[in-house]
Amino acid sequence: MSMPFYASPEQIMADKAEFARKGISRGKSIIALEFDGGVLLVAENATSLSKVGEIYDRIAFAGVGKFSEFDQLRKIGVRFADTKGYSYSREDVAGQALANAYSQAIGEVFTREMKPLEIEIIVAEVGDDRWEDHRRNSLYRVTFDGFISDHADYCVIGGNVDEVETVLASEYREGLGAGEAVKLGRKALDTGSESSANLNESTLEVCVLDRAKPGRKFTRMSVEEVKRMLEA
Amino acid sequence: MSWRGSYQGSSFFELLQVEQPQLLPNVLAWDQAAKDSIPHGTTVLAMLYEGGVLVAGDRLATAGHSVASRDVVKVFATDSHSCMAISGAAGPSIEMARILSVELEHYEKIEGQALELDGKANKLSQMIRQNLPAAMQGLAVVPLFAGYDLRRRSGRLWKFDITGGRYEEAEFDATGSGGLYARETIKQAWRPGLDQASALSLAVAALTAAADEDRATGGVDLERRIFPVVKACSGDGVQDCEEADIESAYRDAVSRRGNGGSSQ
Repeated sequence: MSMPFYASPEQIMADKAEFARKGISRGKSIIALEFDGGVLLVAENATSLSKVGEIYDRIAFAGVGKFSEFDQLRKIGVRFADTKGYSYSREDVAGQALANAYSQAIGEVFTREMKPLEIEIIVAEVGDDRWEDHRRNSLYRVTFDGFISDHADYCVIGGNVDEVETVLASEYREGLGAGEAVKLGRKALDTGSESSANLNESTLEVCVLDRAKPGRKFTRMSVEEVKRMLEA
Repeated sequence: MSWRGSYQGSSFFELLQVEQPQLLPNVLAWDQAAKDSIPHGTTVLAMLYEGGVLVAGDRLATAGHSVASRDVVKVFATDSHSCMAISGAAGPSIEMARILSVELEHYEKIEGQALELDGKANKLSQMIRQNLPAAMQGLAVVPLFAGYDLRRRSGRLWKFDITGGRYEEAEFDATGSGGLYARETIKQAWRPGLDQASALSLAVAALTAAADEDRATGGVDLERRIFPVVKACSGDGVQDCEEADIESAYRDAVSRRGNGGSSQ
């Protein structure tokens, strides 16, 4: 009779984390950074499948890793936010609550399921000028095990976070214009990119949470718009 | 929030039905007794003009023979290029407009692409069908739905019946207790290729006529500064017509006619 294997909980968790990290490290990076007009999300993405999406009026989502998994997370985020906004009010949908809910859901999968999610996500929220206590932007990062962290100025997820962050740490400053922010994003992603090809408008996905826009603040930049911003 | 919810589709209305049914109106619980005690909206209309469609509604809500509200809003933008105007039981109608606007936005975010105008009208008809048990008790929701079709580059409008029947109108329509009078007025002057300003004048004249003949319809109230809500859906999106323009259209409409058949 064969004895079942014993593996310590530490070992199981370490193996799962190792597995998830391996999946994510193959992926390209995404940056969310604050600029003078709101929050900008820049992803290295040459495909037509979006990695960045709209969740609610002031909230955007970005995911790296396995597409089917982070896209599913984006959808449950939209369902969470729309249900909350419908049963209370639009102003009651907040980025922090959403990031917390993500952390719970992702952490739950990490502990309970055989296979952890091979993803990392950003929840970005642009500040609201109408409310004194809500003017600041928020950037949250949630990793494959449900670990949540909040970031000021910029936040990076994906394969080469350290290299991308090094560029941002030395060159980011407050009050960047939209064009400058896109260019800085490209430069940082260029450094982290494995292909080390010069990223351009057709290999970048750029979305903005525009502080000044009424209502839904999320905008996806067209290829022409990105080109103009990079050339300006 | 859970990783695998029980609903995986793109519809917000269905999401609520499956996961949060307590948030939807319980239409089976309403009965006849409620009919006269809750506010009803009255006259709304929609008409095509060159480059778009105009949607208008008066502001009065009645409960039986009482005034429930003088400044209720019955015309709602459901997304950037469509509008819904409600007549019938105000509570369920306004809620339906709210759900529809979340529905359209929800679909667009989940799918990454907005519904076609036909798809939006079809969704509304399904929602009205769900309300049929309440409609049989007198709590009907009979809206007009109108919008700018970005593919056809023109305005379009639909009327509905309580069973969810959906009928596209090629010119104009009006519904609610004063709908007949409004429709008759529009019929006199509507023609293809009407410009937006003329459509606004005609809409205000029609609502004024409806208010004259139907006690449950409120017209322009200059004393209290209450004006009908008029929205124009065109290629530029949904825009509110200015109160000043509505006022001048109203003054123009009344100056062009007699005193309404009074002997004074």
